[in-house]
Amino acid sequence: MPAAEILSAPLVLEYPFSRTVGPVQSAFLTGLREGVVLGVRAVDGRVVCPPMEYDPTTSDELTELVELGEMGTVATWSWEPEPRPNQPLDRPFAWALIRLDGADTGLLHAVDAGSPERMASGMRVRIHWKDERVGSITDIACFEPAEAA
Amino acid sequence: MSELLVLPPALRDVEPVRSIRTPARLEYTFRAGEATSRFLRGIASKRILGERCPVCGKVMLPPRGSCPTDGVPTGEQVELADRGIVTTFCVVNVKFSGSAMELPYVCASVLPDGADMGLFGLVQEIPFDQIRMGMRVEAVWVDDDELQPNLASIKWWRPTGEPDAPYESYREHV
Repeated sequence: MPAAEILSAPLVLEYPFSRTVGPVQSAFLTGLREGVVLGVRAVDGRVVCPPMEYDPTTSDELTELVELGEMGTVATWSWEPEPRPNQPLDRPFAWALIRLDGADTGLLHAVDAGSPERMASGMRVRIHWKDERVGSITDIACFEPAEAA
Repeated sequence: MSELLVLPPALRDVEPVRSIRTPARLEYTFRAGEATSRFLRGIASKRILGERCPVCGKVMLPPRGSCPTDGVPTGEQVELADRGIVTTFCVVNVKFSGSAMELPYVCASVLPDGADMGLFGLVQEIPFDQIRMGMRVEAVWVDDDELQPNLASIKWWRPTGEPDAPYESYREHV
């Protein structure tokens, strides 16, 4: 029997989830909408960003929100040469863990550096806000390299 | 909100974000394979084609080309009736995006006569609360000029009016 043509068709699986965010993520996301990044002070005094509702070590409820700066330092990074749909940028960029000024942990976001040669651990970056913000991590369009102060 | 949580001044008098949308989306190209392609071409000509396992004798539907129990090719084509029984069903009361169906409606597993696996489909032309396990149904096909090699070619299944099948006749398939 000759092999007949194999049929194929597009198949899209999509789950339109929405979820409530709890008090701390609510404050974080509301802050993003208003153009402010918040961390939360942990029991050992470190400032965690993105903020957590409970202490990562002791599990105590955390309540002291801390306003962070718009500048930060790249801790680690990885170059994304071929961005996929819905990633933060439609051109090659770096994924980076960024320690915002005032924070002790890294926030994962995109750095619009143009080429990997411009990326380095320890480099300074600055938030590039979207003009229209809705209360989402994507309210930060990306980070941009900042000249050393 | 936690009574202990203190917001920075800038956030005290603004509407807080309470929820976020986090859609998950996966885009595939589905390739049907040889056996399911044969089945889908059959559907486009209003025929329901299963394949029989040479070991256990069961008729697989839609055929995937091998028996999931015995692990052998299912070469023998079996043409099935476009009527059968509702083995199990659910009443859908929740609207989901992309569906134009009027609520409530019924999704059922329909076992065509001669098959050992059921097809998933809608049951219509009967009030939803009168649909039952064992009910005899027949396929309602789309108009001939709308037939396609996919299961949308069966618009839905409707009652034939025949007596219900006894549970023992389909208990293996529930």
